[in-house]
Amino acid sequence: MPVQILMPALSPTMTEGNLSKWLKREGDKVKAGEAIAEIETDKATMEVEAVDEGILGKILVAEGTQGVAVNTPIAVLVEEGEEVGDLPTMDIPCVPQSKPEVSAPARMSEARQSEGKIIENRDILYAQGYVLEPPPFDESEFTEVRAMTVREALRDAMAEEMRTDDLVYLMGEEVAEYQGAYKVSQGLLDEFGPRRVIDTPITEHGFAGLAVGSAMNGLKPIVEFMTWNFGMQAMDHIINSAAKTLYMAGGQLGCPIVFRGPNGAASRVGAQHSQCFASWYAHIPGLKVVSPWSAADAKGLLKAAIRDPNPVIFLENEMMYGQSFEAPVNDNFVIPIGRAKIEREGNDVTIVAYSIMVGKALKAAEQLAEEGISAEVINLRTIRPLDRYTIIESVKKTNRIVSVEESWPFAGIGSEIAALCMEHAFDYLDAPVARVCAADVPLPYAANLEALALPQAEHIVEAVKKVCYAN
Amino acid sequence: MTSSKTKKKPKLRSISNTNPEPSAEEMKKLYREMLLIRRFEEKAGQLYGMGLIGGFCHLYIGQEAVVTGITSVQEKQDTVVTSYRDHAHMLACGMDANGIMAELTGRVTGYSRGKGGSMHMFSREKNFFGGHGIVGAQIPLGTGLAFSNKYKGTDRVCLTYFGDGAANQGQVFESFNMAELWKLPVVYVIENNQYAMGTSLARASAETHLYKRGASFNIPGEEVDGMDVLAVKEAGDRAVKWCRDGKGPIILEMKTYRYRGHSMSDPAKYRTKEEVESYKETRDPIARLMGRMNEAGIAEEDIKSIDNDVKKIVNESAQFAQDSPEPDSDELWTDVLVEMQ
Ligand SMILES: Cc1ncc(C[n+]2csc(CCOP(=O)(O)OP(=O)(O)O)c2C)c(N)n1
Ligand SMILES: [Mg+2]
Repeated sequence: MPVQILMPALSPTMTEGNLSKWLKREGDKVKAGEAIAEIETDKATMEVEAVDEGILGKILVAEGTQGVAVNTPIAVLVEEGEEVGDLPTMDIPCVPQSKPEVSAPARMSEARQSEGKIIENRDILYAQGYVLEPPPFDESEFTEVRAMTVREALRDAMAEEMRTDDLVYLMGEEVAEYQGAYKVSQGLLDEFGPRRVIDTPITEHGFAGLAVGSAMNGLKPIVEFMTWNFGMQAMDHIINSAAKTLYMAGGQLGCPIVFRGPNGAASRVGAQHSQCFASWYAHIPGLKVVSPWSAADAKGLLKAAIRDPNPVIFLENEMMYGQSFEAPVNDNFVIPIGRAKIEREGNDVTIVAYSIMVGKALKAAEQLAEEGISAEVINLRTIRPLDRYTIIESVKKTNRIVSVEESWPFAGIGSEIAALCMEHAFDYLDAPVARVCAADVPLPYAANLEALALPQAEHIVEAVKKVCYAN
Repeated sequence: MTSSKTKKKPKLRSISNTNPEPSAEEMKKLYREMLLIRRFEEKAGQLYGMGLIGGFCHLYIGQEAVVTGITSVQEKQDTVVTSYRDHAHMLACGMDANGIMAELTGRVTGYSRGKGGSMHMFSREKNFFGGHGIVGAQIPLGTGLAFSNKYKGTDRVCLTYFGDGAANQGQVFESFNMAELWKLPVVYVIENNQYAMGTSLARASAETHLYKRGASFNIPGEEVDGMDVLAVKEAGDRAVKWCRDGKGPIILEMKTYRYRGHSMSDPAKYRTKEEVESYKETRDPIARLMGRMNEAGIAEEDIKSIDNDVKKIVNESAQFAQDSPEPDSDELWTDVLVEMQ
């Protein structure tokens, strides 16, 4: 029986790759385990091995083909004397790998944004619970854009800031020679050398503390955690050493540092590798917490985080790294921390989301529009300090709000938003605040259970209908 | 940062008691520093008893030779970081006694404007980076200060102090590894006062010779009589040079002793009175130096005048602290974040 060779996945999140090279020709004999082709993704290169012994009967995907979906048949292996033509049809029993559902708007949003205000002592007033207009920022000025992935945007942000400030350096596991565990730091070692792009041992507590110490003495470290799950090892230094020193020192010395890395669920990596830390860190006075969704967010916010004189927690999402968006090319595109973005205007209900959930919220909004419900989607961008103003102003208009996050419900960001609405929009609400969160369980591995545990667009649609009393 | 193969290093070794003959001036200076620490700590103890100092208050009495000896060989731009038992380190760095005492009493004139307290004080000006309340946290921080010194291309060294108890924290070994790997200029000064709160070294450490703790990272270590300021000075001098020459980190284990309780309330059940007394009577660092000063024929009136100076500074600091106001209630909200405009 001819056997089909399928395009393999190199990682849990890979959906497609390039077939860079065939190592065997049609008619060549192959042994089981022998390399027959090379494939690559933006993250890695790997050889495809024959699973069986036989003859490479037919190559179905030519070398150099880009964007070959995982599980596409790329070749047929036949036994001696067997004809490829014997093959019935190309009816492949493969599991369709769905692309992560994110609606990336082709153009930058045209929704009307909050006015902004320069406010002195903003941080103190925020700390006291005032609802302040966010810092001003006119994104429409940045007209020159190009398509880039979130991954490239993050890399470019670091490279641009490192070019202008020698005090900025990048440190973490596999950031230099390996080019980043998720290839975010690709090319940085080449450009900046080993003094500024530093591979560390696997020692999160130690290197986080080391970076904090260097920041106290004026350096501006970017610490990459391979994922935020491992950042838990370093929590003491993030909170006790980085966040509190400025206060304990009466303002004498602070800690200009960025801790960044992928946060939240990736795909099928189980409970220990899938967790959202937004509410953990947002709980801490002395930290800023940022969580981008699009490439523009990633670029503009990471630049802001690096320039910020305070410790900034930068929560990325692995599922977003390969997504392309249009993003401004201008080096001065720096999004003020503390300013949300209205991604889509609407009148009937406000949906607040951050990171990967913004895409799901937009998808839900589209579906709702078809059913006659006009949803406004707010991309928080910054978790702390929260842009309370943009949220409250939107609720004043829509009178209904649904908060969406990939984190658990208890004491989550949604709880904070619910409290905010109680305190500042009570009289405007026509329905109780609704929260869409992850199921309150450690994230399961099985594909069906995992999908059940994470918020999906249909959960958002459901919650919106509930607050709109619509069916 | 690249690592290079180590050159020949001094072997791990014990007690180097080669005290060279110090000059009279040098001895007077060391004496003054140690006395200032002792008198300051005694005064802090009194103010604590009067309810003017709150919370934890960890006194350094008995250990004066360690920080005094090391500080005498470091340079102004060298960076320093330590634990919560930090008053002495600040005085030794040249920070103002008034500002320290005012911080202890929670006054606005304190180094942290009353927001840090006994365990959390800093001085950018004197390159003193705290004052850290989490046992062991200062070790990666100090390693990072050394990293920054090297990154900036200076020859500055970081003196990183920690206790025998802290020596068991995992982050110590994480730091040792990186420090040697990247040849960072850091002197790890282990203040082995033989107890971590009520737990003796032997009850907590499988290997009680702490100077050997860097062995598996190729970091040289030395055991030093930490009750002898001249021995400390001599070992410190060598260690600082080692770092300044770009040879990487080094460990000094200071065998020392604290006379007072761990903090102010201490059951004192974990050691005998006799043990404490024997240290005070036979090993006291100030008395030992005094012996050397007498031998060297330093005039009594010179010593008296130092005593008076010190007394004056300490009394003034207590008065200054008590006369200073508490922080304004607005201070509650400031310094959470650096304001960006
Ligand atoms: C991580 C941590 N665990 C426990 C404590 C409580 N604690 C404070 S001091 C101390 C003993 C430390 O002893 P050592 O390192 O020998 O320093 P010494 O007090 O003798 O100077 C302990 C357990 C703490 N502050 N931090
Ligand atoms: Mg001790």
